[in-house]
Amino acid sequence: MEAAIRSWEGSSIAVRRACRNPVLCDRLKRRCPALGLRTSYSNVFCNPLMAAKRTLFEKIWQRHLVAQPAGRSPILYIDLHLVHEVTSPQAFDGLRASGRKLRQPARTVATVDHNIPTEPRGTPITDAIAAKQIAALQSNCKEFGVRLFDMDSPDQGIVHVIGPELGLTQPGMTIVCGDSHTSTHGAFGALAFGIGTSEVEHVLATQCLAQQTSKTMKIDVRGRLEEGVTAKDLALGMIGQIGTDGATGYVIEYAGEAVRGLSMEGRMTLCNMSIEAGARAGMVAPDEVTYAYVKGKRFAPQADEWRKAVECWRGLPTDEGASFDKVVEIDAAQLCPFVTWGTNPGMVAPVTGRVPEVRSLKEADRRATELALQYMGLEPGNRIEDIGIDRVFIGSCTNSRLEDLRAAARVAKGHHVSPKVRAMVVPGSQRVKQAAEQEGLHQIFLDAGFEWRESGCSMCLGMNPDILQPGERCASTSNRNFEGRQGRGGRTHLVSPMMAAAAAITGHFTDIRNWEFQS
Amino acid sequence: MKPFRTHRGRVAPLERVNVDTDQIIPKQFLKRIERTGFGQFLFYDWRLSPDGKKNADFILDQPSYQGASILLAGKNFGCGSSREHAVWALADFGFRAVISSSFADIFANNSSKNGFLAVRLDEGEVAELMRRSREANDYHLTIDLEQSEVRDDQGFRAKFPMDEFVRHCLLNGLDDIGLTLQHEAEIGAYEARHAVPVALLSSQP
Repeated sequence: MEAAIRSWEGSSIAVRRACRNPVLCDRLKRRCPALGLRTSYSNVFCNPLMAAKRTLFEKIWQRHLVAQPAGRSPILYIDLHLVHEVTSPQAFDGLRASGRKLRQPARTVATVDHNIPTEPRGTPITDAIAAKQIAALQSNCKEFGVRLFDMDSPDQGIVHVIGPELGLTQPGMTIVCGDSHTSTHGAFGALAFGIGTSEVEHVLATQCLAQQTSKTMKIDVRGRLEEGVTAKDLALGMIGQIGTDGATGYVIEYAGEAVRGLSMEGRMTLCNMSIEAGARAGMVAPDEVTYAYVKGKRFAPQADEWRKAVECWRGLPTDEGASFDKVVEIDAAQLCPFVTWGTNPGMVAPVTGRVPEVRSLKEADRRATELALQYMGLEPGNRIEDIGIDRVFIGSCTNSRLEDLRAAARVAKGHHVSPKVRAMVVPGSQRVKQAAEQEGLHQIFLDAGFEWRESGCSMCLGMNPDILQPGERCASTSNRNFEGRQGRGGRTHLVSPMMAAAAAITGHFTDIRNWEFQS
Repeated sequence: MKPFRTHRGRVAPLERVNVDTDQIIPKQFLKRIERTGFGQFLFYDWRLSPDGKKNADFILDQPSYQGASILLAGKNFGCGSSREHAVWALADFGFRAVISSSFADIFANNSSKNGFLAVRLDEGEVAELMRRSREANDYHLTIDLEQSEVRDDQGFRAKFPMDEFVRHCLLNGLDDIGLTLQHEAEIGAYEARHAVPVALLSSQP
């Protein structure tokens, strides 16, 4: 180790920057009198000796390394583990079978969201298997001492909506959940990613994960988003550009003027969709917008702790000049309201565009496109604005927050849903629902002919009774247009909340930039 | 976990790219609270028509692919939802491995926790195996994890990449929770340095 330190001290800046050895770095930190004296919270992410230029991801990763056993995956500490009913029962069973306990009940928070009905609360759950799964989560939480925001809780909601709104999600944290859209929480400058049930069990038992590090990708969005072009359109445009596996193996950091200009809700929408480009995690460096959102939330640091925490978080953003494994540039001026036409989120076109001609595609993409168009009941060359719809779903962990509902309500106000369309609005959480009702948004939706429902994942994945019938075509603010995702034979088109509301009213896709808003 | 060393088995070619986990195991089957019994629902919407009749065209129900234990598929296999049920369904159906030119990260992780192999070959190699498995009746491959190699009886031979530690766990059927708990002292020390925030402790649970 001493030799390693001597070698490090004599090495070039480039070699020092590349240093990824936490044991070595820890020793160096202790050796440095200046750093040794500065033990305040603020230096946690700011260690100038260790690596002069680090990315946001690298700072969080290095801070959470518990051990790096030789020849094994590094062991990463997990600050917050979110749990829901669908991917946890087998993990709790595993704990029981091996006689293991939950290591950190205080860092584990559960809710029910995936399969619960969105009928008024108190309506009996008629799906016996779903009811059994919910009951299993209730009894597991009781047995292992996990805090549960249950069906009747005022804090219940989609796990990726309630984490941020309760202040559980904070900058600099490592956050996992047995759900791929855990990437949402990266909007706060946290490292947040989805895991499978075996890893859920691993975190329950050890509060750690054995993880290989990821490559880093910077997505730099130049310029500003035009009016009517939202974070959802940025996400869809990005996936259309790099492909559904364009970021596999990477953690994305979103940067640039357009990203800085997004609200926290917008950043959550963008990070949420990272997984649709293959990235396990997407992140945005925290700034004043982030701190203003987190401040005062129920589980956020308070008073003096708050001041210390913000001081610490200010050290998180990627250092000027830090390098990424890959950089992608997006010109915000080229973005517009998008609509997906196929069966994955990368099959996307401008609302003013057309379904692509199969002949114009690379040979490798032709068969997948033909299968997608066959499933979607579309022909090459169809104009997007000519595609009529039967259903509208406004909700999901992508677009069910207050800002999303405000945007949709602004479009709906003074209009009425097309007689051939059934449209539903499903708030992301009970808190979102209550806040929307206080503003009267529910009344705007109800007056316009939308259904106003209880919170949950609902028709994003159709595990509850909210599903499409075969052949039904839906404008949806959710995240996946896979075959059968919203119900067997159902045809999903992904859009922003404003575009979904406009489609509900006109009965077909409509460019929101030409919308006549009623005051 | 069941160790994986070498496996020889019949190959079924699924000529689709971006096979997402919603196709591998549709959501209506995720309500079960067990780890077993998912095989019957594998590729449900592709294998069965809405009235429950078998779709005879689907690859897994064609006579020459009956009993296949190695699935061959296009790029970006296992994308989408993190549901480990996808791996449970493939394994319960009788598969020991999937070969593709790329896998979604979470699917690959889930595979390794279940003694199931996600074998990555390059696109040209996958295309060649697709051709061979279509043309030969009863096409078999051997997946040799000790040599990190895929081979057939007609001279095809290709190495595949695998993280050394993941390979070690698969070869020996190791439970990685047990391995992490060997670092109990370091986890404890980390926790001593980074206490649970006060707000999270309040009125627990």
